[in-house]
Amino acid sequence: MEGALGPGLEADFGLRRGDSFQIDLSLSIPAGRTVALLGPNGAGKSTAVAAIAGLLPIESGRIGLAGITLDHPSADVLIPAEARRIGVVFQDYLLFPHMTVMENVAFGLRSRGVNRNEAMERAGGWLERLDLTGLERRKPPQLSGGQAQRVALARALVIDPDLLLLDEPLAALDVTTRVELRRVLGRHLADFPGPRLVITHDPTEAFLLADEIHIIENGVVTQSGSPDEIRLRPRTPYAADLAGSNLLFGRASHGQVDVGLHLLHVAEHEVEGEVLLTIRPSSISLHRTPPEGSPRNAWETTIAVMERLGERTRIRTGPPLPLTVEVTSEATGALALGVGEAVWLAIKATEIGVEPQGGYTRSV
Amino acid sequence: MKADGSLGQRTRRPPVLLVVLGSIGLAMFVVPFVGLLARVPWSDLPAVLASDVVTDALRLSMVTSLMATAIAVVVGIPLAWMMARLDFRGRPLVRGLVTLPLVLPPVVGGAALLFALGRRGLVGESLEQATGLLLPFSTWGVVVANTFVAMPFLVITVEGALRNLDQRYEGAAASLGASRWTVLRRVTLPMIGPSLVAGLVLTWARAFGEFGATITFAGNLQGRTQTLPLAVFVALESDRDTAVALSLVMVVVSLAVLVGLRERWWKAL
Repeated sequence: MEGALGPGLEADFGLRRGDSFQIDLSLSIPAGRTVALLGPNGAGKSTAVAAIAGLLPIESGRIGLAGITLDHPSADVLIPAEARRIGVVFQDYLLFPHMTVMENVAFGLRSRGVNRNEAMERAGGWLERLDLTGLERRKPPQLSGGQAQRVALARALVIDPDLLLLDEPLAALDVTTRVELRRVLGRHLADFPGPRLVITHDPTEAFLLADEIHIIENGVVTQSGSPDEIRLRPRTPYAADLAGSNLLFGRASHGQVDVGLHLLHVAEHEVEGEVLLTIRPSSISLHRTPPEGSPRNAWETTIAVMERLGERTRIRTGPPLPLTVEVTSEATGALALGVGEAVWLAIKATEIGVEPQGGYTRSV
Repeated sequence: MKADGSLGQRTRRPPVLLVVLGSIGLAMFVVPFVGLLARVPWSDLPAVLASDVVTDALRLSMVTSLMATAIAVVVGIPLAWMMARLDFRGRPLVRGLVTLPLVLPPVVGGAALLFALGRRGLVGESLEQATGLLLPFSTWGVVVANTFVAMPFLVITVEGALRNLDQRYEGAAASLGASRWTVLRRVTLPMIGPSLVAGLVLTWARAFGEFGATITFAGNLQGRTQTLPLAVFVALESDRDTAVALSLVMVVVSLAVLVGLRERWWKAL
């Protein structure tokens, strides 16, 4: 990557961590686009954050943002973290515990030489935008997880950054607030005009927030593409695992979700409108005959693909609703399953995860 | 199980043996002070306390111990930072050297100071030629002796606190545009605040009570180098009432500072 830099983030770099771990990453994010770096723990995600934020110099390649080279070892260019215009929401947020919410948010402005009154005013504006009015004088330990996340977001946005970098923005939250805050986060991401990079190990987060996903494993990107491309054509076992999580978009009404050509019964009756359904492959059961006990969701289909993964066998079913099913290899043998054979498939309504999608939309 | 580990019992008798042994331990601290209090010449106390020997020694002790603490702040915190954050060869040796004054007899420390900073000392000779400053038997000598003996408390406490501090906070501050100096001033030091204060109090208290290194290196001149502990030592030979009064002053001042700060800051230790 040489020559002129684009207006967004242009990063193509290599960096060694420890004796054996090498990270090589190439990212290009135009303004107004959200990219997720999705990978398991230990894949090199935190190292990537540190390199882009300027907390860890890279060893080869180049990182550029908004037309400015930030780190380019072969040209002996290294802009330190404090001189980069990157708004980082750190994992665990890292709000300064000895400062009030207001002081936390104003910190970036004060550090950049903005006078006290103006810093307070601008910080107050962001607190208002993020629904944090009234919490100005609280200390971080007195905040709920969701409030802390919004304070971290305000602190990152107040400096008017050229890149918004979010490191596991929802990992610190419990499951119920995560759903709500993912929606809030999606809205604020959409409002941010520059490039946005979300680092996460949570596929749902990546699939819902990002326009483009890079899957990182052992320091290298193993697959890049839109959420749908990754979902439909996973190219590594890890991606297949993620894709195997049966993500379905649909429209909910009175405990039934229309996923196109098929209606699924879910246990969640309150949710209406656009939803994302998740069904774990291992929670779907296969039968040779119509299943007993009348599960709410049962239909007859055929086996399209069968793939043995050691103890388990992964099966892709055919119409009307293609799903990934995982059964023990023992069960496959017992049922004498094979490609092209007819099977009954059953899913309990309680095994279907329902995530409301209101508040922001993503092309499906 | 409740947070205090009591398994939810409301009235559980503490083990007798532990309480007995613990009480003996406590008596070790209480009895000497009771003995001291019993000897206080209460009626003559105002007159004794107003004597030149006492006021000179108290003033000198206050000034020199506070100056030693101030020096410890200026050079001890950076030293603690170096030990906690810089990866250099010989760090175990440095840590050993810094801890040495804690275990060394102060008189040995005073002798070492004399050989290094005395009139014929390694550094002292050139120091005197260059600046005319002669440390032994001067008030500055007291400050140096105090610093030598007391600063390890600050360095060790702050070093430990810096090691325990999650450095990612400093990275977060840098990403927000803070210079390294701003990070230190507004994030690092405030976040180790309780340990810092605890270290300062210990350092001051140790300096305030310093005896061996001071008398060896700075001598025992009333008004110049005779601090409270030295005055107590001299008075024990000649004037028991003054010795008791001086001791009382030391106990009261030290105890007031330690107890006063305990509630707020002690937890950090």
